[in-house]
Amino acid sequence: MKFNKIALASAMLAASSMSWAGCQIDGRVSIIGNEFPAIQAVAANAQECTGGEIASNLTADHQKLNVAGMQGNPAEYTSAIVANSSIVALMNEDVVRPLGDLVAKHGQGIKKNQLITINGEIMAVAFMANAQHLVYRSDMLAEVGAEVPTTYEDMLATAKKLRANGIAENPVGGAYAAGWNLAQEFNNMFLGYGGEHFKAGSAEANVNTAAGVNTLNMMKALSEYMNPDFLTHDSNATNAEYRAGNVALMNMWGSRAATLVTVDGVADEVKNGFAIAGPMTVGGGSTPASTLWWDGWTIAKNISDADAEATFIAMANGIAPSQMDAEMAPLAVWLIDGYEPTDKAKGVFAAAGAGTIPYPMLPYMGLLHTAIGNELSDFMQGKESAEQALSDIEAAYTAAAKEKGYL
Amino acid sequence: MKHKTFFWFILPTVAAMLLFIALPIVSVVTQSVFTSHGAVLIETENCGPFGCKVETTIDQKATAKLREEQPLGRFSGLDIYFDRGHLAVNEVAQAWHESAGVGDFLGQLNNLPFYRAMAFTLTFTFTVTPLMLAFGLLIALSINSLHQKLKGLAIFFSLLPMIVSPLIGSLVLFWMIDSRGILGNAIQWVFSDPDLSLKASTSLTWMMLIVYGIWHAAPFSFVVFYAGLQTVPQETLESARIDGASKWQQVRYVIVPHLMPLVTFVALMQLMDNFRVFEPIVGFNSAAHATSLSWFVFNDLSGETRQLSSASATSVLTILGVAVLLTPVLIRTWRDFTAKRA
Repeated sequence: MKFNKIALASAMLAASSMSWAGCQIDGRVSIIGNEFPAIQAVAANAQECTGGEIASNLTADHQKLNVAGMQGNPAEYTSAIVANSSIVALMNEDVVRPLGDLVAKHGQGIKKNQLITINGEIMAVAFMANAQHLVYRSDMLAEVGAEVPTTYEDMLATAKKLRANGIAENPVGGAYAAGWNLAQEFNNMFLGYGGEHFKAGSAEANVNTAAGVNTLNMMKALSEYMNPDFLTHDSNATNAEYRAGNVALMNMWGSRAATLVTVDGVADEVKNGFAIAGPMTVGGGSTPASTLWWDGWTIAKNISDADAEATFIAMANGIAPSQMDAEMAPLAVWLIDGYEPTDKAKGVFAAAGAGTIPYPMLPYMGLLHTAIGNELSDFMQGKESAEQALSDIEAAYTAAAKEKGYL
Repeated sequence: MKHKTFFWFILPTVAAMLLFIALPIVSVVTQSVFTSHGAVLIETENCGPFGCKVETTIDQKATAKLREEQPLGRFSGLDIYFDRGHLAVNEVAQAWHESAGVGDFLGQLNNLPFYRAMAFTLTFTFTVTPLMLAFGLLIALSINSLHQKLKGLAIFFSLLPMIVSPLIGSLVLFWMIDSRGILGNAIQWVFSDPDLSLKASTSLTWMMLIVYGIWHAAPFSFVVFYAGLQTVPQETLESARIDGASKWQQVRYVIVPHLMPLVTFVALMQLMDNFRVFEPIVGFNSAAHATSLSWFVFNDLSGETRQLSSASATSVLTILGVAVLLTPVLIRTWRDFTAKRA
């Protein structure tokens, strides 16, 4: 009892010292989500609410935990922070609830375009947008007199010049680690070439096409200018290469750009040369070779209405317009009312402005993504043809989709 | 022992084995022969920050009804085992009919995930197991001949690779062999090839994983053999010496035969462990070059869409694989056992 009082007192003290006091909840809140600065900020803001227990579990492994943690009754997690790819897994298993009545009751600070509606029901509230776009070194480009590339063909030409002039041995960076990252780079390029992942109106894969072959050839050409270990480089390793000054051009997540050169030990020339531009196009197309993403939160289905309401209030507090201050603004491209874009956000804005396609929100997209990630590495190592790699992807996907009952 | 006493004595073990070994296996086998229901798909209009779009989603009400009628899912028999992600019977048959020769057939086989994983797993198992036995014996013999005061320290340092958790151990090595890491750089210098990268070549990645496997497992055989060395009968050794046996002959004809039961034990354990090789593949980020059955299970369960049936089928195949690997050793042990009784 004594401990409870102390906890309560300190919680009240903490709440009163913060900008947004007066968030009162009556129920249990437990958040699961990915781990990067923007999401950490949202979860911390949600935890300012008083009156109930608020736990959060932010980890890069959130996707391995959230479905299992929400299937029980009552669910362990009352809210999962997801993106347009990962909400599909929760929808497929039917573990999140429609939010219409809660939005009507407590959603004053939420703008209409933040609401993710599926089949007329509000299923999630988005708070930030994300996209991959060009990050480059203006000083290195200036040394060879190159313009900022707007197409991947330009990027290749610039990379060639940089290498020829001895400015960088492996000037191109890319998160090409076999698995999810490699598949995501494929998706970007494939959409840039005008590819469609599935045959219209069906779950049949459609990547073994001219667009698919072009995509693979472009990825192969880019990889010639990357660190030879590129198949083991995820976005963390790619960022490390950039920070070490080895990379001049790379396609990187907007949510990573803000903090790219703010860590310790980054050389001054890297800091000063750091620059952001929009996503590039490829093959003469007008659609950028990138995808648009949103991050948002959902509320579990298998919890009491009181807990759901408490979770909604806490999460809404997490993304309330009044939270938007100088500390929070640079962390992401927020969809929250009152957000003034910082300089670091221009890449994502350029992506949205140029008609970048949102990552497909389809029940079977995750299976195709996994198949792409597993089957591409042979081609990238020059062990098989593009056509063989693409037919392997389709075969692997078909086997998985049959098992899950989509085909 | 009386039957009743024996029964009560063995009961806790049997209960624990049923609960923690038999039941999970039954559950895994069940899950591998059932798959998800056919999803009822509908076209819906979905809206968000980037506008509205007509997309396909799952009709939850219709699917929930299906689930309620058959909670286990659709019965699929052995379909999952035979699909492309596992034994790939159709693909193998096709490759057999179409291939120009044995080499071409093996090449096509290597394009199927299961057989490619098996190629690595078996290579790994059959190189790491004998080499770690040999290294373990070598370390045990050298430490046993050290001065009493140095033994403790030497034992501690020889055990370090086993003490470090596999994931951490492999991550440490992973960064050291990076082309900018200390070992990676040294190798480039030795071969004076600045483009040489261990991580970019399949055969070098395999060698790296095998070296890691030996490094990690040798302490285990060392510890067992070292304990065994303490029980070598000194009289036999002495008479061998009097007969003029060299150091090598003493090891070959006295020590090794004495340690043989331990060699069988360590070999058994290591065959099982190495067949389930997993941590180094994750730690070395080497899925592009080398995979194993355990890695498939991990991969099936960690994607955005979990494939429980596929993971279960792979688990059952792993159990069968371990059983096949262990059969020769078990048969040998059984023969020794019955020979002793007779």
